[in-house]
Amino acid sequence: MDASIYAARRRSNVMATVASYAATGIGLAGLAMILIVLFWEGFSGLSLAVFTQMTPPPGSAGGLLNAIVGSIMMTVIAIAIGTPIGMLAGTYMAEYGRHEKLTSIVRFINDILLSAPSIVVGLFIYEVMVVPMGHFSGIAGAVALAVIVIPVVVRTTEDMLMLVPNTLREAAASIGLPRSLMIRHIAYRAARSGIITGILLAVARISGETAPLLFTALNNQFYSSNLNAPMSSLPVVIFQFALSPYADWQKLAWTGALIITISVLVLSIVARALAGTRKAS
Amino acid sequence: MVDVTWGGARVGAQDAAERARALDKLRLGDVIFHAITRSAAILVLLLLGGVMVALLLGALPALQTFGFDFVTTQRWNPVTEKFGALAPIYGTLITSLIAMVIAVPFGLLIAMFLTELCPMWLRRPIGIAIELLAGIPSIIYGIWGLFVLAPFLQQYVQPALISAFGDIPVLSTLFAGPPYGIGMLTAGLILAIMVLPFVTSISRDVFDAVPPVLKEAAYGLGCSTWEVMRHVVLPYTRVGVIGGVMLGLGRALGETMAVTFVIGNAHKISGSLLAPGTTISATIANEFTEAVGDLYTSSLIALGLILFVITFIVLAIARYMLMRIERRVG
Repeated sequence: MDASIYAARRRSNVMATVASYAATGIGLAGLAMILIVLFWEGFSGLSLAVFTQMTPPPGSAGGLLNAIVGSIMMTVIAIAIGTPIGMLAGTYMAEYGRHEKLTSIVRFINDILLSAPSIVVGLFIYEVMVVPMGHFSGIAGAVALAVIVIPVVVRTTEDMLMLVPNTLREAAASIGLPRSLMIRHIAYRAARSGIITGILLAVARISGETAPLLFTALNNQFYSSNLNAPMSSLPVVIFQFALSPYADWQKLAWTGALIITISVLVLSIVARALAGTRKAS
Repeated sequence: MVDVTWGGARVGAQDAAERARALDKLRLGDVIFHAITRSAAILVLLLLGGVMVALLLGALPALQTFGFDFVTTQRWNPVTEKFGALAPIYGTLITSLIAMVIAVPFGLLIAMFLTELCPMWLRRPIGIAIELLAGIPSIIYGIWGLFVLAPFLQQYVQPALISAFGDIPVLSTLFAGPPYGIGMLTAGLILAIMVLPFVTSISRDVFDAVPPVLKEAAYGLGCSTWEVMRHVVLPYTRVGVIGGVMLGLGRALGETMAVTFVIGNAHKISGSLLAPGTTISATIANEFTEAVGDLYTSSLIALGLILFVITFIVLAIARYMLMRIERRVG
């Protein structure tokens, strides 16, 4: 009887172990396959023209210049709007209001905003910016992206400031430094690499966002740096081109997807390296 | 910075006044900075409130016109301006359900591999790879689904499913109809692949939080790896795992781009998983810019409101559960 119990236990263990190995194999293979196909299709369409020419009409060659410029412009503005707000809110939560009720409420709401559907953010900005302005615009797209940046920066700023040792704060207080100066000159400096990591992660997060741009910045087939007019962006161009029946457009969509993926991967790796050096030191 | 010198023992009246001024300035600076940071924190709250209010106002015309029928009917006719949200709601729930049914067991098994079975030197690289994959934008998964997964399913998998389950009562309805390639099943699969890194990395973090002493005690009693997982790790981390699953579910429910490419955008509830359908987010993404008429736009915003409310509830539960396990870890 003992033998049969042992056999059954061994059997269930072997089955679970095999399932675990198989799941890891299948999961990693599936994810690797996506990257392989992406690199294969993307690199075959990569050329200088992609970075120097505008998005073409169907049936002719072209590039993604206007989309790349539009994406960069909107990302920069979104970071410029979202980072200060996020950092200040995170500062309040970690420094002034560490034990306040407000902080725990903000933390809860912020975590929900962090994973709220981005298409809802697009609808929100459409209601509060596009409708009053009467037209789609690059600035509306940038603000929509900023709404996504804020929770990311709030979260990392708070986390990173919490890691700053209290002895530093006490040392600053003991030489008579007021709190605001202590935060700006001591706490921020100690948490700098962590906060930069958060900003990089926020850039990575918004560089592939499509849904919030669909009905805020819309799209623009031509080069435009006018923030008050519809603006092209890489993700929206990918969306439009991939669903089109034209081979050239589909090719460009793959190339655009490759550009986004590489930038996101590079950003995350740099962010990770920065965070890593912090932990090591 | 202030220049505070304690060297001079005799401080003149003028110096004292200057110092008082400087201190006042600092105090004022502190009050202002406190106020600014506090208002930024309140702004985050207002942001969520603003989203709620804007969506409610935008959805009002549609909700007033159709009332409760909006969520119980599935007609969606822009020409006659009759709108009902049942088909997108159904599609959202079913695709997310398919995604979770696949991604959760896979995620848990991979997390088990990473915490119990994997050799030490491999843990970090695989863990990092999975975290990096979690950051890949969803449009990449969408484009892959459209050009690679959908044709593959159409050619090989779906015909096999149709013929294999053709004679079995319930399954024959689930897997009925011509193999389109795009449809509910494909969308669910893409979502599963997309959510997998999330579920995996959260489960791994939660499993890692189990005190080694507990596991060692169980191993010391002669438990097998599976028994340790099943009777020690899972019970200890149950709350956290559920939180992680809910977080993944929140992602899946609100996901737009990965789904829009492969769902087929058909406002119809079909018993078959192979049939094209639609989800809330895909409907909004596909139709919003083309919507003519206030009622059409308003109906789409009402869809957004429903999505927001559903994900809000799911995410709130997820955060609550993850908070509970964090508190226990300390």
